Amino acid sequence: MANRFDVRRQNGFVSVAMLCFFLLYLPIATLVVYAFNDNDSVVIWKGFSLRWFHIAWNNALVIESSIRSFQIAAVAAVLATITATMAALATTRTKPYPGLTLKYAFINQPLMVPEIVTAVALLIVFSRIKIWTGYSGLGYLVAAHTAFCIPFAYLPIRARLESMDLSLETAAADLYATKWKTFRHVTLPLLWPGILAGLMLAFVVSLDDVVITEFVKSGGQDTLPTYMLGQLRRTVTPEVNAISTAFLVLSIGIVTAFFFISRKRT
Amino acid sequence: MATAREVAEKAERDDIRSRWLLSTPALLIVFLAALGPLLIVVVYSFLTPGNYGDVKWQFSTDPWVSVLFERDVFDDTLSFATAYLSIFWRSVSLSLATTLLTLILGFPTAYFIATRPDHRRDIWLFLITIPFWTNLLIRTFAMQQVLRNDGIVNSVLQLLGITDHPVQLMYTNFAVLAGMVYVFLPLMVLPLYASMEKIDFRLVEAGYDLYATRFQVLRRIIIPLVTPGIVAGSILVFIPSLGAYVTPRVLGGGTNLMIGNLIELQFGQGRNWPLGAALSITLMAIVMMALLFYVRNTTRSDGAHG
Repeated sequence: MANRFDVRRQNGFVSVAMLCFFLLYLPIATLVVYAFNDNDSVVIWKGFSLRWFHIAWNNALVIESSIRSFQIAAVAAVLATITATMAALATTRTKPYPGLTLKYAFINQPLMVPEIVTAVALLIVFSRIKIWTGYSGLGYLVAAHTAFCIPFAYLPIRARLESMDLSLETAAADLYATKWKTFRHVTLPLLWPGILAGLMLAFVVSLDDVVITEFVKSGGQDTLPTYMLGQLRRTVTPEVNAISTAFLVLSIGIVTAFFFISRKRT
Repeated sequence: MATAREVAEKAERDDIRSRWLLSTPALLIVFLAALGPLLIVVVYSFLTPGNYGDVKWQFSTDPWVSVLFERDVFDDTLSFATAYLSIFWRSVSLSLATTLLTLILGFPTAYFIATRPDHRRDIWLFLITIPFWTNLLIRTFAMQQVLRNDGIVNSVLQLLGITDHPVQLMYTNFAVLAGMVYVFLPLMVLPLYASMEKIDFRLVEAGYDLYATRFQVLRRIIIPLVTPGIVAGSILVFIPSLGAYVTPRVLGGGTNLMIGNLIELQFGQGRNWPLGAALSITLMAIVMMALLFYVRNTTRSDGAHG
């Protein structure tokens, strides 16, 4: 560890950092431990049991809202990644052209507005459209999720593109490859890690959303997070801990995959 | 015959046109499902509330007046709407406190990570990223279990004999603050780390050669070098804190509202959509001011270096 003569040392910094990591993980650890509690209470420990996982697994509402969450996240993440890839191709590796800054501002706009504001804006507009068209399916949620996932998908793809120079594409063009062939066989394979990273970020961001979904959803369209938000109003049983734990394992799995993909690059 | 220059110009025009075509789908989705609706919020903030939610199409400035003022029922005079102002004040002060606390905790943490050997840095960074990507609701819920009357914090306090009966932590400003610090801490650490990683430690060494103390090195060398990270982290924490909805709802209960919850109330029980719209625009204006401050700050520091 850092010795007394290390120029990088600052007094007390290591202790604060350790405290920070402890505080970050203490609540999560508590949550996970009590998911295995053989008791109705989330605070009094009785013994190890998997029964709350069983109960959650057999709760039709939990399964139904989980499936809905995944459907929305999958469709929104794919749509967001495709459109963001196209937009990234259109906004990188070029000298500035009219409207370029406007495009950046547009694409990143969902990041800059508080979620609650976007949520009420969508509530206003979609409730009108619902009355006009009579359609009240999942389309609204998919559209909303796609929009706020676009900047998250866009960022890693753009970063990847900016680190690729045009020499390989130029070489392909010199060898009479068409634009499409160049894209298909040169650009796309090189860009793939960025696209994959963007897709995973978009998926996680969509899966995590509470606020916008809570306002946009019609009756009976709960996703897992909005279902859990509803449960928190009641007396909480370890069932919520069990659902959270399962969700946590999934998120950590995706983030770990993301970590290794992006690590291989650098 | 087209000259070489005309050909080049045409190629450039074609390039720009195809770039516009490529970006159209993304721009369209963002416009339809994010930016466009915001413009309609502005329109709604000048309408009259309907009887059962929604609006009547009748121009009115009342929503904007009631953001700041209260109309007396009897003599129609205006006075400051203390209820809303106190919620705005609570939101701003809690968000500033959150930013400050995450900075105090996050600065040493980011510094710790940035000064680890290369191969171990990734692991520490990963440990910060995991909570960041864990569902915000789950993290807030985890905090709730820790802060409850029979939660860990109270158990430890009683074990240590500091108190003999549970301290009410839930549904207080303290709970909201603790929850927001917990939830937004990674947003402070990550940009701080990004700028600390680039510190040239030869400058620190030079400082010690000139007999600086550790504190002087921190204050005169390290902090000035990482100012962009401090500003970026503060903005990243301050903005979502100000618009927080889930954390104050779960940890603050019905009495410790923030702007986000006040807006929600107008669309739910309050049935006053125009007022909710006006409050939303007000929130957005505060956020824009913070962003402008950030942009001005970063361009200035760029100018200083270049």
